[in-house]
Amino acid sequence: MSRSNTAHPCVVTLDHRSKPRVLFSGDQLVEVDLPVGTRVIYPKKPMAPLTDVDAAIRYSLNHPLNDEPLYAKLKPGMKITIAVDDLSMPLPPMKGPDVRGRIVDAVLALLDDYAVTDIEIIIARAFHRPMTAAEITHILGKKTFNRFWPDRLYNHDAERPEGLTLLGTTEEGYEVEINSRAAESDLLVYVNLTFVPMNGGYKSVGTGLVGYRTLRAHHNPSSIRKSTSYMEPKTSELNKRMTSIGKLIERRVPVFHIESTVNNRMFDKPLEFLGKNEDELTPTETKAMKALVRSLKILPQPARQAIFERVPAPYGVIGVWAGEVEAVHEACLEKCYQQLAVPIEGQADIGVFPIPYISPYNVGAFLNPLLVSVMAEGYLFNLNRGTPLVKKGGTAIILHPCTDKFDREQHAPYVEFFHKLLPQTRDAMELHKRFEREFSRHPGYIQMYRTGKSYHPTHPFYMWYWGENGRQHYGRVIVVGADNEYVPGILGYETAATMSEALRMARETAPENPDITCLRISPVVMADVKTRAEPRVITAEAK
Amino acid sequence: MSAAAYFDVDGTLVDTNLLHPAVLVLANQPTPLQSVQRVGRALLDAPVLAASELLDRRMFNERLFSHYRGITRDRMRALSQEIFDSVTRPRIFKGTRDLIEKCRESGLRVVLVSGSLDYTIEPLAQYLGADDWIANRLEYKSGKATGKLMRPVVAGPDKVGLIAQDAREHGHELADCHAYSDSYSDVPMLSIVGHPFVINPDRKLMRLARAYDWPILDITRPPRGPGGPRA
Repeated sequence: MSRSNTAHPCVVTLDHRSKPRVLFSGDQLVEVDLPVGTRVIYPKKPMAPLTDVDAAIRYSLNHPLNDEPLYAKLKPGMKITIAVDDLSMPLPPMKGPDVRGRIVDAVLALLDDYAVTDIEIIIARAFHRPMTAAEITHILGKKTFNRFWPDRLYNHDAERPEGLTLLGTTEEGYEVEINSRAAESDLLVYVNLTFVPMNGGYKSVGTGLVGYRTLRAHHNPSSIRKSTSYMEPKTSELNKRMTSIGKLIERRVPVFHIESTVNNRMFDKPLEFLGKNEDELTPTETKAMKALVRSLKILPQPARQAIFERVPAPYGVIGVWAGEVEAVHEACLEKCYQQLAVPIEGQADIGVFPIPYISPYNVGAFLNPLLVSVMAEGYLFNLNRGTPLVKKGGTAIILHPCTDKFDREQHAPYVEFFHKLLPQTRDAMELHKRFEREFSRHPGYIQMYRTGKSYHPTHPFYMWYWGENGRQHYGRVIVVGADNEYVPGILGYETAATMSEALRMARETAPENPDITCLRISPVVMADVKTRAEPRVITAEAK
Repeated sequence: MSAAAYFDVDGTLVDTNLLHPAVLVLANQPTPLQSVQRVGRALLDAPVLAASELLDRRMFNERLFSHYRGITRDRMRALSQEIFDSVTRPRIFKGTRDLIEKCRESGLRVVLVSGSLDYTIEPLAQYLGADDWIANRLEYKSGKATGKLMRPVVAGPDKVGLIAQDAREHGHELADCHAYSDSYSDVPMLSIVGHPFVINPDRKLMRLARAYDWPILDITRPPRGPGGPRA
């Protein structure tokens, strides 16, 4: 292993002494020998958490950015709605108390002091599955849950008749329709947890509390194609559209925005070594890693998933800001980038991406094939600041079994999308035009979204669109370790039995001496790529 | 309308079975003696009814409705609203109306398909705003029921033919149509449409639905809360 003098300490170049890398392949860990010269990008060390989170929350409410303090906005008898980010972030769910609950507690204490009694709390889930009572209790705490559930604490329902109010149309023609209770409120307090710089800001209300008419303005293949990274403020069409919608909402409904963010301490003590460089593990950690790799190999799938899911992440809160949406989000993004962004010199010809067992859309469920694709060509592709890790037309090698398995309760509409629609076409534009409208009105699936545990029928379309910029960018995607050919075939992926076979295949269409880079996830890390002015010089050592 | 949603009724949209209205009809005869006689006969026939239910849904339907022999058409009409008010309406699942409304909003023609009698289904169809219904009809001679059902009998596999005929007559492609049922006996009906859904399924249907990844729906709970459903 070596580190160049100019590279960030988290960027490691492998040499002949380097140990095999241990990479996620779904809920398994596999040891992979990557070629000498491969750059491996590791997550940064977790930043030190705030020593007194509650004090930081109170400070943010009393010293907001570009806005007056929350207490100054309050008067007895006013109508207040508190909207809270749902369980799609952070991943896995954080060890209690969740920072959102602590923020809500602080807000409620102020509201009580000012005799505000007309309060409702809405889980801003947009088209996500509803959170269960236990999940809401985990995030908001027993006290708030017992006080407000179920009549004044509930999941947003984007399909409830009369449940949405049209606020207007933006200059670009986007219809803005939000949750009626929020629209009718004297003040909307949004409590956000920005885990990666892909959420927060205007996206919070403009996605979490809206319905199909508004979502379709930004959740479509065209806006994703025009976004190099989902929500990167300067290069994202998605961000541009959400900003336009968010500004219209702000003009109609007073919004007090609170954002928080956490460090990347994803694994607690027993699994902490998973975030480390394999060459820097202690002998005990090396043994533990090997034992874990072996155990996961022999355990049945539900047991493997349980190992990772049963241990909530000990994320530490590293920042809380409140006030005006743009100022708050800018401050929050800055902190996120500090924690997550690793500077990388130059794009890669071949990218290696381990796909873990979890995504924002399968908390408590299996990572189904459609979610594998959204991780491969969506989230992991978009973990950049405007310049993708892999060059245009380059190859992405992913590790995942691609098992043809779906959670019947959470992902019921995904099954039909994957097995009936996707075999007809992978073209996101065609799927959008031919099938989305009808599928989004599917009564049975809508009922499952409203009263069951399911994502909305439009959600699988959004998942496919979410991979659109990656799909347009990569020349090839090769899966290592797929347990079948059918799923990769539907997704348009090639398959390889081993990493060396995948690399041999990738080299066939790559320049001579290709730059190979591995994004060693999880914990989460994002690549801040600076393109090289000059072609890379291959050193003797790297060769 | 380009497609239809075909709904089984008993156990699917309403927490009833064929026996619920039958008991009310048999127990509401012109004289108490006649009522006792009819209920008594039906009770004596219960083991045979139970056995036929296990063997063949159509056989069960025909056996059950044979107990209606001699009941006048007027009496059946008179009892129709009472059956709806006292038996059917209180047992409509909490999510039924929402589901039907969403079907209509999405442009689907809503058709109830049931082995129950037309007297039971017609008021329910009106109440739910269904566009059409297919149900069993009693055969009458001189204004009195013969105890036989008009052909074709709406039950099990025969439902398929009736649905296919209805789809043809209304210009629907079955691949675009939806079907909802709770019972394994309706597997043929679920299999011929492009969008099968099972609601509160029995164990056999649950197993099959899991094997074929048919979506499983629970409409016993309403979407509640002022802004959305309770999780």
